Order: sequence, then C-alpha cells, then structure tokens
Amino acid sequence: MRPRENDRLGPHAVSVRGAGVILDGNQIIAGIDLDVATGEWLTIIGPNGAGKSTLLRTLGGLLPFAGDIELFGTPLGRMRRRDRARLVASVAQDPVVPPGMAVVDYVLLGRTPYIPALAGESAADRDAVAKVLARLDLERFAGRRLESLSGGERQRVFLARALAQGANLLLLDEPTSALDIGHQQDVLELVDKLRRDGGLTVIATMHDLSIAGEYAQRMVLMAGGRVVASGRPRDVLTQDLLARHYQARVRVIDGEQGPLVVPVRAGD
Amino acid sequence: MRVSGVEPARLRVRWIAAGVAAVLVALIAGLALGPVGLNPGGVFIELIDLIPGVSLHSGLSPSEQAIVTQLRLPRVCLGLLVGAILALAGGCYQGVFRNPLADPYLLGIAAGAGLGATLGIIGGHAFELLPGAGGSGTPIYVPFAAFAGALVAVTLTYALGAAGGSARTPAVLVLAGVAVTAFLTAGQTYLQQRYVETIREVYTWIMGRLTTAGWHDVLLVLPFTVVTGAVMLAYRRQLDVMSVGDAEAESLGAHPRRTRLVLVIAASLGTAAAVSVSGLIGFVGIIVPHTVRLMAGSSYRVILPLSAMFGAAFLALADLGARTLTAPDEIPIGVVTAFFGAPFFIVILRTSRRL
Repeated sequence: MRPRENDRLGPHAVSVRGAGVILDGNQIIAGIDLDVATGEWLTIIGPNGAGKSTLLRTLGGLLPFAGDIELFGTPLGRMRRRDRARLVASVAQDPVVPPGMAVVDYVLLGRTPYIPALAGESAADRDAVAKVLARLDLERFAGRRLESLSGGERQRVFLARALAQGANLLLLDEPTSALDIGHQQDVLELVDKLRRDGGLTVIATMHDLSIAGEYAQRMVLMAGGRVVASGRPRDVLTQDLLARHYQARVRVIDGEQGPLVVPVRAGD
Repeated sequence: MRVSGVEPARLRVRWIAAGVAAVLVALIAGLALGPVGLNPGGVFIELIDLIPGVSLHSGLSPSEQAIVTQLRLPRVCLGLLVGAILALAGGCYQGVFRNPLADPYLLGIAAGAGLGATLGIIGGHAFELLPGAGGSGTPIYVPFAAFAGALVAVTLTYALGAAGGSARTPAVLVLAGVAVTAFLTAGQTYLQQRYVETIREVYTWIMGRLTTAGWHDVLLVLPFTVVTGAVMLAYRRQLDVMSVGDAEAESLGAHPRRTRLVLVIAASLGTAAAVSVSGLIGFVGIIVPHTVRLMAGSSYRVILPLSAMFGAAFLALADLGARTLTAPDEIPIGVVTAFFGAPFFIVILRTSRRL
C-alpha cells in the first residue's frame, strides 16, 4: 500500500449513494449504496439479469444515472471524459477485437486520455506502453495481430490496454468467462499482484462463485437490480443466500482461501 | 535493452516515398501521353519550369508546352484532387462505421448528387439556361445542384439513422443510407423517364468524366479538397480509437459520436465537391484504402495519408486510360475504375487474410 497516494485520492475509491439506472424505460438497478476502499478487491455476484454489468458500466461513467457516485472524492457526473478515463479503466465482458490491429497499437489505445485529440502519441506514451507490455510479459506478442492470439493471451492484452490508462480503479466485467481454469487463475493472480503492488482498486463481476470468493476481499450479491447482501466472502457465499437468490441448490465448503461453492443435484 | 522492441504503427518514410513516386508517375504519364505523345523528360523539366523563380529549357515546342500546361495539366490535377478526396473519404467512412464495405456511395451521397445534378440539368433546359450541346465545362449551377443534393441526402441519412434513439449503431446508419439511396434513385429514374430528351446529358454525367475545361473545375474543387482533406487527416488517430466500438472508445475518454459527425460531414462535403466536377466515379473509395491496408497495416494513422496519395495517382492514371484507350473517343472514367477496380478488388478479397 502507498498511504501517501491514498490520502491524496481520498479514503474511498468509490462511493455510491442511492444510485439507479433506467434504460429504455426499464429500471435496471435502483437504490445502490456502495463504498469501496482504495486498494480493495470487490467482486459483484448475482444471477443473470441482476444488474451486475449495468452497475459496472455506470461506475465506468458509461451510463446516465440518478443518485450520487463519487470516484476518489470527485462526483462522477461532473468529470470530463478524459479525466475520468485517467481514473477508471474498464475491461468489457467481450471486448471488440479490431481486425488487423497489432498488440502494441491496441495497448497504445489505452493512452488515449493522455494524447490530445488531434495529435500523435508522445515518447512518454510509447514508453508507458513498453512498460506495460514488459510487466504483463507481452513483449514477444507486441507485433502480433490481436486476433491471432489465444484467449488467455488476448485477456492479458485487454488488461494491458486498461493498465496503460494509468488508472487507479480497474473494472473487470467477467474477466475470466472465456478462459479455462488454468488461465482463469493466471489472469486473476496477475490482477491481484497488480493490486497489491500498485495500489490498484479492483471491482469485478464474476460467475464462478468459488473463484470469486478466493480473490475478493469483499463481495456484493445483487438480485433484481438491488444489493441484497454484502460483506466478506464467507458472509455472502452462504447456502441460504445462494439458494434464495440464485434458485440454486449448492453446498458451501470451507476452503483455504475462502468458501468453495459446489452445485449439487436435487434429490440426494 | 529494448532496442528491437516493436514500435506502434506510424507512417514510414519508405511508404511516403512510394506515395510521392506514384503521384509523380501518374502526373508525368498523364502529361506526356495522349493524341500527341511527348517526351516524359521534357514534360518533367516543363513542370519544374512552372515553379516560380525557376527557369529551365524543356526542349518542348511552344505548342507542346501549351498542351502540357493548358490542356493536360488542369485535367491531371483534377484527377489527382478527386482521387485523393474520394479515397480519403472512403477510408474515413470505413473507420467511422467500422464497416469494410463503406464508401462515399453508401450513405446515399452519390444518389443525392446524381438527383441534384439531374434536377439541375432539367431545370437548365426548362429555363433555357444550358448553352448549346457539347459545352466544354460543367455549367456552373450543375455542381451546386449536385452539391445540394448530396447534402440533403447525407442529412436525411443521418436524421434517419439518429431516429433509432439509444439503439443507434453504425449498422442503423448504414441501413438508413441504403433506404435513402433507394428513394433518391427512384426519383432519379422517374425524372430520366419523364425527360427523355435530356437523358444523354445526365447519362454522361452519371458515368463520370473529368473535363478539359481548363482550371475552372480545379479551382472549384480545390478549397473543398484542402479543407475537408485536412480535417479527415487530423482525425486519423481518432479512427483507430473508434475501431474498438463506441462504448469502449468512450471509456477510453474519446468522443466517438462527435468524431463520427465531424468526419461524416467532412467526408461528405469532400465527396460532393468531387462528384460535382467529376460525376459518379465508383470503386476508388473502396479499392484504395483496402489496398493500402493490405500493404502498410491497419492503422488509420497510416491508411489515410497513404490513401490520399495512392488515390490521387490511381484516378489520374484511370483518367489517362479513359482518354487514350479508345482515342479519339473517351470512355467514362467510372467505367475504367470499375473495369479495372472490380477484378482487382476480388483478387484482394481472395488472396487476403488481413481484411
């Protein structure tokens, strides 16, 4: 942790009071209250349609909302787009892969909030890209076309673009849903290392509850557009809560890093 | 330690040199070849001689000099300008709509310009404004009528595309362009049926041709080319940002919708200006940017400047073909670009893994 930086940024990375989002006349999320400490990893879980991705996109400044949201002490609604992009970086659930684009050019897109709209990138931007590529062990892929990479390699590149933004808050929407378990662990360990080393704050949505519980310091369970439970993984990942909100039959086992959630078939 | 590191895409000197060379070759060939064949070296010296403050003897006779500077040079310049702006506009539309098949014709601009020109020609006949048959230059009001038609078309397309509300996507805009094109083409066909006596004139215009009317058309199109070309080139990096889609571009701090609006206006204005002096010339806006993409990479930072140069050279050479292949008759240049362009495009599609 870097206390001096945390002081500068305020005690909370994210502070949400009574936030709601209406899309096409439908109330997608409502009455959300949420605080995320700087350097914390918060994972949002919940059944399909609970509003997890909507909340994440709202925090990223991509949706109009009601209520109050502050990022590092500054109201989100009053931020200029470029300023916001320097504070918060998002990795979409299924990022667009631009045809023919080289990895190095894709990662350079992360420098957009630092490059004047009609100018070219500076040496500092190229340097930042080189550093991120080195940090994520992507240097040998720099000249490769993005679509020629495997799923796990691609996910690292998506992450690299977000890190190139130099933002202190990282929003990950289902970061591992396209990966096998080995690559899931690989990517999540990487994010956790960046969080611990770099003071990054991480908010992620995830479907795999066991893995979610192992990496999150705190969890939020959403259902029907609202937060229905929050707390440490062992407080949220309970058989009772999961049965009620997922309509799922599960067994929760104590694991070394947190509760492990195992779906079990009815009738035993 | 990172000496061999891969650098981000940028315009390499060798590509700029290739572009300049292509333009020069097209320029010299366009000036030297024709009913009177001229010595390319002499033509080149004659060109240098035109630079203020330079005085060289090209070895060309006075009448040959007149052919170069007064007859062929304006037409070659017109071809270079129109080619550059059409290729640039095509590259912009492809980036802005994230659609490899987008080009200046997709949004109904060509149809709008065609209808505008048709109305202008018919109106000219009705009020007996048209000079006698076979006038050398484009009557001054025809370009403006085409121009107005193009603007109406792109406005219609944009309004129709924007009516999608929050569901607005690039695809919606492209569909709107298709609808507008169909509507305007129907109007065009109706008018051509109704006013058969003017159909030949309209037909000539529709197929595209570059005039030999001296510097008039060049000066008409030059300011539009310079201004819209500068705007499009200035936004080339923004097109790279837009390649990840609107939502991700916004999260990166960009303004994709604003960029799209600016570029659609610039590209449409440039296209309308080009179309108003040259008629409808297809394929340039698709072939040139794609070829550049295959050769030099997929970044718009590279594609747009090179498209302008190679587009200029391509159209000037196509015009050379149009006026020499069946001399003394001329083939409409739109036929030449389609004739050479379409097979070329198919070859690119088949041999490429990078599209």
